[in-house]
Amino acid sequence: MRAKLRLLRRKFVPYAALAPMALIVLVGYLGTVLWSLKVSLSSSRTFPAHDFVGLTQYARLFGNERWLQSLENLALYGILFIAACLVIGFLLAVFIDQKVSGEGVLRTVFLYPYAMSFVATGLVWQWLLNPGNGIQQAVRLWGYADFQFDWIVDQDKAMYTIVIATVWQASGLVMAILLAGLRGIDEEIWKAARIDGIPTWRVYLSIVLPMLGPSVGTAFVLLFTAVVKLFDAVVAMTQGGPGIASEVPAKFIMDHLFGRANIALASAGSIMLLLTVIVLVAPLMYARSRVGSRKGSK
Amino acid sequence: MNQAGNALRSRRKRRLDPARIGIYAFLVSAALFFLLPLYIMLVTSLKPMDEIRQGNIFALPLSVTVEPWQTAWSSACTGVDCQGIRGGFWNSLAIVVPSTVLSILLGAVNGYALSFWRARGAGLLFGILMMGAFIPVQVMIYPLVQILAALHLFSSLPGIVLIHVIFGMPVMTLLFRNYYASIPEELFKAARIDGGGFFRIFVQLMLPMSTPIVIVAAIMQVTGIWNDYILGLVFAGRDNLPMTVQLNNVINTTTGVRLYNVNMAATILTSLVPLSIYLISGRWFVRGIAAGAVKG
Repeated sequence: MRAKLRLLRRKFVPYAALAPMALIVLVGYLGTVLWSLKVSLSSSRTFPAHDFVGLTQYARLFGNERWLQSLENLALYGILFIAACLVIGFLLAVFIDQKVSGEGVLRTVFLYPYAMSFVATGLVWQWLLNPGNGIQQAVRLWGYADFQFDWIVDQDKAMYTIVIATVWQASGLVMAILLAGLRGIDEEIWKAARIDGIPTWRVYLSIVLPMLGPSVGTAFVLLFTAVVKLFDAVVAMTQGGPGIASEVPAKFIMDHLFGRANIALASAGSIMLLLTVIVLVAPLMYARSRVGSRKGSK
Repeated sequence: MNQAGNALRSRRKRRLDPARIGIYAFLVSAALFFLLPLYIMLVTSLKPMDEIRQGNIFALPLSVTVEPWQTAWSSACTGVDCQGIRGGFWNSLAIVVPSTVLSILLGAVNGYALSFWRARGAGLLFGILMMGAFIPVQVMIYPLVQILAALHLFSSLPGIVLIHVIFGMPVMTLLFRNYYASIPEELFKAARIDGGGFFRIFVQLMLPMSTPIVIVAAIMQVTGIWNDYILGLVFAGRDNLPMTVQLNNVINTTTGVRLYNVNMAATILTSLVPLSIYLISGRWFVRGIAAGAVKG
């Protein structure tokens, strides 16, 4: 009897050890998402209302000019940010991979912004880009009196300044990931290419880049999650302005949750954000898991 | 293989042809671009205000002053309160230490249990947790506020620590699961035969072997939590606001004259902890990126 009890206790221990994880997964992740979904289908404003109004909040959301502007900004930002980070990161990795001297220093320099917070990043670039004392003024003092670089206060260009700041922060990350990928590529390829007389840039574009596929995928996923999260940098740099020119969905949601006390609308926005992630990330995950299982079966 | 490859490549001609000059020109100008904000931050923080107003942002300070640094640390105003951002520094420290320790401990136990013990349903939970890594925080914030309020943990230090543990769990669990998956199963089986229980094997066998991954995890968590803004803003409460939130308050909500030199000193001060970790840890930091990236 006692031996049996001990056996039972032993079997039970792993479950007990996994209890915090189970609790966090079920309540912290699954539960909160379902909760937000439920709130988004209600008429809650400051306090949760337990009614059901169907998709009213979603309809309201897509009639909201500020939300539409946020979505447009995020799409523009996402495309530019991811493209710029991938291109710059790839170039940096390839150029560093040319057996240059001072590789360690260069890598440190390209990656250090990634150790900085988006808040600090936004604040530094806000200072650099402010038209009164920043780069614009400096170039004017150098004698180009008509020089203009006031994007941060320009309705049509404010979003680009956020792209610049965050690309500065994150492209080192892409470099680090791709450089690791490059170092894992078989040297034989280079020998073969040299024998065939293929120019280096051709080898990089047509052979190496496709082989870096998984690394690029990893970098893409990391950058994409950063795009959806985009909030700190905007708050620090432009506060969404001028006007609503640099509003983003994450900020819209936060403003409506806390400032404007419209939790149902905010929840609807957050569910839309989640759907975007699912639509864009799920196929990528699926493709990678297929590649993984194919490799496994070999 | 890598070293052989490097040796092979170094045999390639390395004289200074135009292509080589082009490579260095690109890398050096890129490096200057990346260093520019750091340079501007530093020189701005060392200039007196009138020099900033009249001068060129790129210029070196004519008269160096450390006063902005003192002001930033101990008397800059965040709203009505003029205590500098030192309070934020201690708050951040008080948040980072327990959050890091707890999330690593939980991640290690999770990873160990997932790798060696067959608990029913654990795989499914892990799958959901991995998807959880992609959920935008905004989806979870309102319900979490309600839950913490019900537990009387909202706007408190334990509350913000719990929040960081929750958001850190996917990556931490993945990190340790992958690490333990590389440890030979035989080692574990032998320990079982010797009569080791769940926690005994964990503490006496697994943990001592985990130093490298614990270092990677600690670097990731400390920098990540130190740099967090949104969670601290929502969950920490007025008395525990982390340094990033106070920094933003100093710079973006001050009325009256903007003290750019103080702002830049405060920005550097806030970035000092993650930057030092980065510079000291070097390759470990990069390893963390690679390990965290596996989540894709």
